[in-house]
Amino acid sequence: MTKQVRKTKLKNAVLGVLLSSVVLAPLSAQATEELNALVWCDHTDPALIEPFEKKFDVKVNLKEYEGTGAALAIVEQSQPGDWDVFVIDGVDVPRAIDADLLAPLPADALPMDDIFPALRMEANHVRDGKTYAVSEKFGYNTISFNKAKVDPVDMEDMTVLWSSDKYKGKIAVYDYYLPVMGMVAVGLGKKTADLSGADLPEIKDTLFKIKDNAKLVGEVVASQTALATGEVDILVGGGEWVTAGLSADNPDLDWILPKQGGMRWSQSIGVFKDSKRKELATEFVKYILSPEGQAKLATSSCYWAMPANSKAEAQLTDQQKTALRWSDQESYIANSQLYPAPDAKLDAEMQDVWTEFLQH
Amino acid sequence: MAATWKRKRIDLGPWAFVAPALLWTAAFFVAPFIVMAVVSLWERVGTDLIASWTFANYLKFFERGHFLQAMVNSLEVTAIVTVTSIVLAYPFAWIIAEKVPARWQRLALVLAILPFWTSYVVRSYSWLLVLANNGIINQALLGIGLVDEPLDLANSRTATVIGFVHFFVMLLTLTIYANLVQLSPNYRKAAADLGAGPLRTFWHVVLPLTLPGIMVGAFLTFVLCIGDYITPQVLGGNNELLMPQVIMLQIGRRADFPTASALAILLMIVVTIAYLGFARWIRLERA
Repeated sequence: MTKQVRKTKLKNAVLGVLLSSVVLAPLSAQATEELNALVWCDHTDPALIEPFEKKFDVKVNLKEYEGTGAALAIVEQSQPGDWDVFVIDGVDVPRAIDADLLAPLPADALPMDDIFPALRMEANHVRDGKTYAVSEKFGYNTISFNKAKVDPVDMEDMTVLWSSDKYKGKIAVYDYYLPVMGMVAVGLGKKTADLSGADLPEIKDTLFKIKDNAKLVGEVVASQTALATGEVDILVGGGEWVTAGLSADNPDLDWILPKQGGMRWSQSIGVFKDSKRKELATEFVKYILSPEGQAKLATSSCYWAMPANSKAEAQLTDQQKTALRWSDQESYIANSQLYPAPDAKLDAEMQDVWTEFLQH
Repeated sequence: MAATWKRKRIDLGPWAFVAPALLWTAAFFVAPFIVMAVVSLWERVGTDLIASWTFANYLKFFERGHFLQAMVNSLEVTAIVTVTSIVLAYPFAWIIAEKVPARWQRLALVLAILPFWTSYVVRSYSWLLVLANNGIINQALLGIGLVDEPLDLANSRTATVIGFVHFFVMLLTLTIYANLVQLSPNYRKAAADLGAGPLRTFWHVVLPLTLPGIMVGAFLTFVLCIGDYITPQVLGGNNELLMPQVIMLQIGRRADFPTASALAILLMIVVTIAYLGFARWIRLERA
């Protein structure tokens, strides 16, 4: 290599470094800090996240997951400190506390008194006087349906899903074992909190009957699309999270809690114990729990559901409150049960039953 | 002695050329495979991975009907897809090679593989819309009065097979076409001189000589189809599970990497057996 060639190459390399620093500098200057949150998909709506990012000059990196098992697997495979904020099913918060994943939150700085009483869930969120998580959103896994195609009176009785073939081929099932198996248990007169391995054979037989009537079993997007496009008329395991967001465009899409009841789900938010940005993460929790954050989270583009903070009512429109059935909440909360919270053994057995159900 | 040493040093040359490929294979195939084989002998107990040495995860496959059924489903779907794709791709490749003028063949091939250019996931979801109750196929059938009720096409094995066949017909067209254009016209002339008609020439001359192209494409179809997760997940509607879906369930829902690894190795064994079946046609050395 001649001296001239070396000189030219060196010049090009320096120019390259300069150019890349000019191009990349503005990108890195966009936010001074980053926050990593492990969340359900409703938190990925820019309308929810951008106000916080602007206020704190921070980039919020969001990783979606479905199912606590998947979230725990992600955390297991990460380095301590990789994650700052954790959104997790309310019934699974004790698992996260047992695994020493969560940091105590400053409860006095959070709007605890504004949270609906049934959603405070101290038994799940508080340990030794310390609050590790707070409910942020809740809803129901029950029955969504198209009232132009389905008689709403039929939907008041959950057993129509498995005891007759009136809606054979018109049913979709939400592909998440905990709520659907819990819902079937409720339909069979069982308490989700008392479920044991002995209950599984009856639940399995009922699931198989539902499968015989079902057209498909799909995750959030697939099941919602099937209902919205008319591929099916009933979604087992659906609820306001499926139909509320679509009701403005298609008022025939509705949901109901049958007389037997349904599953009440709730998701909670907390801060990871190993977070290196606990202060900022706590600010994020405060923002999500504020009436403004709650209204945006309740009407997130991914799915709608009730905000845990009752003060969010003032931020929602009448149409939004009707779609969420705000005025029915008292009776709905009373007639619903929490997700089953199985131990590891029962959880494995339930997943085996679910796999058999998919394969049926 | 000196001459032997010198010859050995010269022999290292070819190794230097293949070293990058060997390193690549070692890093991205052999090492992950060894890790997977080791993990397949571990156990998942609660939320913990226990580094035990057990074949329990392999036994699970034979003990639990839904695992075994997933393998049967995978083999059935793969067999249907492979045979259907060959039947459709062969005439397609033959038309391009024999009936399309040489100067248009390149364009015809580009048009044939055009669907390859779209995202695999998007293509699967597109099929879901096409096959839906209110999709174009059902609307057309209802419109011309062939059916009174929409056919249940989407969210079924039929939908999965259609999604796969659409993809693999393109692949097989390429491998069969490559074989057909290399075939000397003298073979057909000789057959004709000996009194064979077009059908007999095709059956006894052209088809046997294009078997390598068919088999290479069929093997690729088999491997890609049996290991695919997206198509059955999007188009099958979870009405039956195939092996990749069952493997994903172990990882995504249970973080049970040992069982997932054991199932993946069993799937690899099936692919290896298939390779041995196809091996006589998949010779890489030049004649």
